[in-house]
Parts: sequence; C-alpha cells; structure tokens
Amino acid sequence: MPVKIEIAPEADTVTAILSGEIDHHGAGRLREVIDDSVRRTCPRLLILDFGGVEFMDSSGIGIVLGRYRLMQDMGGRLALRSLPPHIRKVMQVAGISSLDIQEKGGKTQ
Amino acid sequence: MKGIKPENQMRVCFPSRSINESLARSLAAAFAALADPTVEELCDIKTAVSEAVTNAIVHGYRDTMGQVYIAAALYPGGRLVVTIRDKGCGIEDVARARQPLYTTCTTGERAGLGFAVMEELMDRVRVRSRLGEGTTVTMERTLSPRE
Repeated sequence: MPVKIEIAPEADTVTAILSGEIDHHGAGRLREVIDDSVRRTCPRLLILDFGGVEFMDSSGIGIVLGRYRLMQDMGGRLALRSLPPHIRKVMQVAGISSLDIQEKGGKTQ
Repeated sequence: MKGIKPENQMRVCFPSRSINESLARSLAAAFAALADPTVEELCDIKTAVSEAVTNAIVHGYRDTMGQVYIAAALYPGGRLVVTIRDKGCGIEDVARARQPLYTTCTTGERAGLGFAVMEELMDRVRVRSRLGEGTTVTMERTLSPRE
C-alpha cells in the first residue's frame, strides 16, 4: 500500500496520495505514515486522495473514520479527494456523507 | 442449490496470515471472471470476499493461526456462490455481529462494517457459526446476463 505525503509550504494542508490496494493487511502501516505527518505538522486540513486506489474494503472506512476523529481532536478538518465509483460505494455503506467531511472532485496531482 | 450441478468449481485453502487477504480476493475474482461479469460485479465480489476473509483472519483466528477455506461455484444462470470457512473461535451471537458498527475491536480502527458491506454488495449472505468450531459465510450473487 504505497502512500505519498505532500505537505503544503505553509504547513496548513497535508495531502496523503493513496494508491494500490487498501485492506486490513496494509492499513496499519498506512495509518502510521499519515498520523505521523499530521502530528508533526498539525495542519488545518488533511486531504486523503483516492485517485490511485485500485481496491478498498471496509478497512478503508476505518482509515477515514479514524483520521476524521484525529483531525477533530486537533481542531482541523478532513477532506476526501478523487473517489473512484467502487470506493464511493463502499464509503456509502458507512454513511460517511453524514459527517463533516469535505469532498473534492479534482484531479490527483 | 441441492440437485443443481455447478458448471464450474474451485476450492482453495491458505494459512490465516493477513498477507493472504489479497491472494484470496484475487483468486475469487479470477474464478468469477471466467463467467464474464461486469467490472462492477467483479469489484463487488472482490470486496465482499475480502471482508469475509479478513473476518476469519482477524476474528476467527484472533490469537492463533489456522486455515481459511474458500469454495466457489458457478451455477447455470450466472449464479455465483462463494463460501468462506474458518475453524476458529466462532461467533457467540451472529445476529449481533451482523449489526452495522458492531465491532470487538477496541482500538477504534476497525469500523465494524464488514457484514454490512457484504450484504450491500451481494444478493444474499448467510452466516453459520459455532463457538469453538468456526464460522462459515456463504454469499451469492447472480451475474447479469451478457449479450
């Protein structure tokens, strides 16, 4: 589960560009990498970019809900970007749309 | 599906290591692909199998290592049946375990949506479980006819 972290120059936004397959096996490592950069930079916005994700099961919902709570605790917000249709479908089961999570169309950079 | 012969069948088993989650869903998808499903159907099957196999590994064999068994069968009319079985600890209360957001995970990182996702993506999901003996999840999906 490769992940590329981008930190904006003003350090107010952290973007995690996810790719490959998100499952229980890779979720622990993914969490560590994202949380580490969020705790170091304390951004106002964390963007999870799913544009390059080929597969995701409910482990990915855990990632999103966990990061949502982390950003709330830190007084920031979470946004999801470039959700492919099959990932949107899994997210809908979790009712993520009812949470204060911003959704961005946009292209993966 | 008693009395009706499957057109094709597959049986595999592997140790309950989390690295095998991707192997399991890829094998199930490769089997289903022989019946010429749509991309969406293939995606749904892959995801549902991943959920059931992850449950077997994370919950069935919580503190131990065991074998996970997958059987897949394709019946006439595009009816796909996939069974995921473990010989792990079993589920005490299946109805409760199937409730959305119910989880025994205490770290807050498992959403408790595995069964909800399986039910959303498949036509039918049956769960049989016995404490100390294991759990069998059987799921069915009829693939749409292709021109």
